[in-house]
Amino acid sequence: MTVVSTENVPVQTEPDVVAVRRRVREAASRLGFSLVDQTKVVTAASELARNTVIYGGGGSMQLETLNGPRTGLRLIFEDKGPGIADISMALRDGFTTGSGLGLGLGGAKRLVSEFDIFSQPGEGTRVTITRWK
Amino acid sequence: MEKIPVLKMGEILLVTIQVDMHDRLAMALQEDLTRMISDTEARGVLIDISSLEIVDSFIGRMLANIAAMSRVLDAETIVVGMQPAVAITLVELGLSLPGVRTALNVDAGMEVLRSSVYGQKGVYDGRIN
Repeated sequence: MTVVSTENVPVQTEPDVVAVRRRVREAASRLGFSLVDQTKVVTAASELARNTVIYGGGGSMQLETLNGPRTGLRLIFEDKGPGIADISMALRDGFTTGSGLGLGLGGAKRLVSEFDIFSQPGEGTRVTITRWK
Repeated sequence: MEKIPVLKMGEILLVTIQVDMHDRLAMALQEDLTRMISDTEARGVLIDISSLEIVDSFIGRMLANIAAMSRVLDAETIVVGMQPAVAITLVELGLSLPGVRTALNVDAGMEVLRSSVYGQKGVYDGRIN
């Protein structure tokens, strides 16, 4: 597997969440994802970007297009916020420490092929998702 | 400030969401609609989301909130025109929009609203559509 291209997108404010959606849509469409797959990965990105802004206090998204045996899109959301104390709890539907529905993390996980979360309380959170074509 | 226009047609409020909404804009729409229902004594709200390329948990919650608030204010909300890819994604995300009435397009949605708004009235004052 090779990383064909990498791009960094700031995720600091609410309008940045909209910009993330647009960038991910463009990349997924350029890779030839079906409309349903595009919609899934854009929706997952929207959830994670919102988490980065609201809970992480802002951060960034790295967008990688992958080639090799398979074509895919990998998105890495990173923030230096307070981190997540209990990841398995955070992934549970309906769990939220904010005012949302608590569907963001678990929902995003269901919409992609691979999901990885790394968080250190006090240091930040990194969520990596991959959607294969 | 950026705003999503709300049109009034008889006792029905019409909204077509044609921009990719950031969260604050979605919140503003929710507040505008609630205020307008009360100000105009509207009985129905039709929200056309056919231009929306995604509905994530935040926008989904906004739609559910609008439906719930309008119900409390004695108005019915119908969401129309959801793209199939959006519907598939929404359900997989874990949102099935309970309590939100939907129709495939504006025509079908108007039909539902008219019969519920004017139909109900007919029972009371004899006016039929």
